[in-house]
Amino acid sequence: MADTIKGWDRNQMAARAAQELQDGWYVNLGIGIPTLVSNYIPEGIEVTLQSENGMLGMGPFPVEGSEDADLINAGKQTITELPKTAYFDSAMSFGMIRGGKIAMAILGAMEVAENGDLANWMIPKKLVKGMGGAMDLVAGVRRVVVVMDHANKHGESKVLKECTLPLTGKGVVDRIITNLGVLDVVEGGLKIVELAEGVTEEELRSKTEATLV
Amino acid sequence: MKKVYSSAAEALDGLLHDGMFIAAGGFGLCGIPELLLEAIKEAGTKDLTFASNNAGVDDFGIGILLQTKQVKKMISSYVGENAEFMRQYLSGELELEFNPQGTLAERMRAGGCGIPGFYTKTGVGTVIAEGKEHKDFPTGPDGEPETYIMERGIVADLAVVKAWKGDATGNLVFRKTARNFNPPAAMCGRVCVAEVEEIVETGTLDPDGIHLPGIYVHRIIQGEHEKRIEQRTVRAKKEAM
Repeated sequence: MADTIKGWDRNQMAARAAQELQDGWYVNLGIGIPTLVSNYIPEGIEVTLQSENGMLGMGPFPVEGSEDADLINAGKQTITELPKTAYFDSAMSFGMIRGGKIAMAILGAMEVAENGDLANWMIPKKLVKGMGGAMDLVAGVRRVVVVMDHANKHGESKVLKECTLPLTGKGVVDRIITNLGVLDVVEGGLKIVELAEGVTEEELRSKTEATLV
Repeated sequence: MKKVYSSAAEALDGLLHDGMFIAAGGFGLCGIPELLLEAIKEAGTKDLTFASNNAGVDDFGIGILLQTKQVKKMISSYVGENAEFMRQYLSGELELEFNPQGTLAERMRAGGCGIPGFYTKTGVGTVIAEGKEHKDFPTGPDGEPETYIMERGIVADLAVVKAWKGDATGNLVFRKTARNFNPPAAMCGRVCVAEVEEIVETGTLDPDGIHLPGIYVHRIIQGEHEKRIEQRTVRAKKEAM
């Protein structure tokens, strides 16, 4: 019944990713599961969320009726500001990303390889929408954590020896959090850091194409 | 010198020509120069190249210039929300150059600052790096070499931007995340036309609070803005504090 291994659900993955955060950090959260991380920021940890369209200190969605067309996140959703919020232009926004001022980015991915290569922006022969800020983030942010399902819709491992899709960044990923557990990119392959609830090491190994050291 | 014009069409008079290169501010539909784009559509200028983070939606922003087939090429980081864009791109009518978002912003900023090229790690080892100069710099934690690619500064024939408030000298103040690409786009234009929600009396904007000094702005108009919201996301009232 190996096919039914579930491990963590989306919210549990987000909660696990939130454990990566440290007090005082400036952090950029990608679209999808990474967005949910903001719901699980541990007590006593203050992080400031960056939105790469020009904002530090991103607040929650507005209550109905208070939406502001001038206040959106990088996913173009209406959001709110906080007392600590600061706004700036796109050149400064990516200046702080490229300059290593953002401590961590938590991103989704289509594929990750054992050498830290990341693919999350295009599938050849399918509609290409663009990389947005993903290439800048993975190249510039100090620590890159990927949160994604361990396998694709066909049950194939997304944690690979080598990426098959066009890369977003080369050797950029530090840690991978999937529904099956937590893996670190180390010399020679990936190291198992943690197993998700109800997942055995054998099961994780059987579901992973990449070299596990 | 007069910078204030009465309409978008008047402000663009004499500045438009077929085949020109325009830098536009905005992120998604937020902070886009909607009135100036509408006026460019009315002027019928063709074969335009746009440096703009996005391409609008089908009936708003740069999307309206795609409907009229006035755009030859887009330099953008993300173009997902536009069906006509995709149709023209897939049929080969429209040229597309993807730039990583920060690279595009910095190309504009650099071009406006007299910097013809710069080195960045963004895109190294990806398709973005193909054909570009690679160079190692000793920037690693212990001085070890790291590889960078050279990206070129952008200088556009014209910049069109949108701000919240401005004065008759062209000083601009933006509002919240509507600032985005507007300052770098304005900086990289040989000529920059700004549209604002309100032109205030010169001297009433706090000189310490000017986001973009008037030296970058050559013409300015005031107008009514639709300011469309692309994705209206809300939380229930009871969740709010």
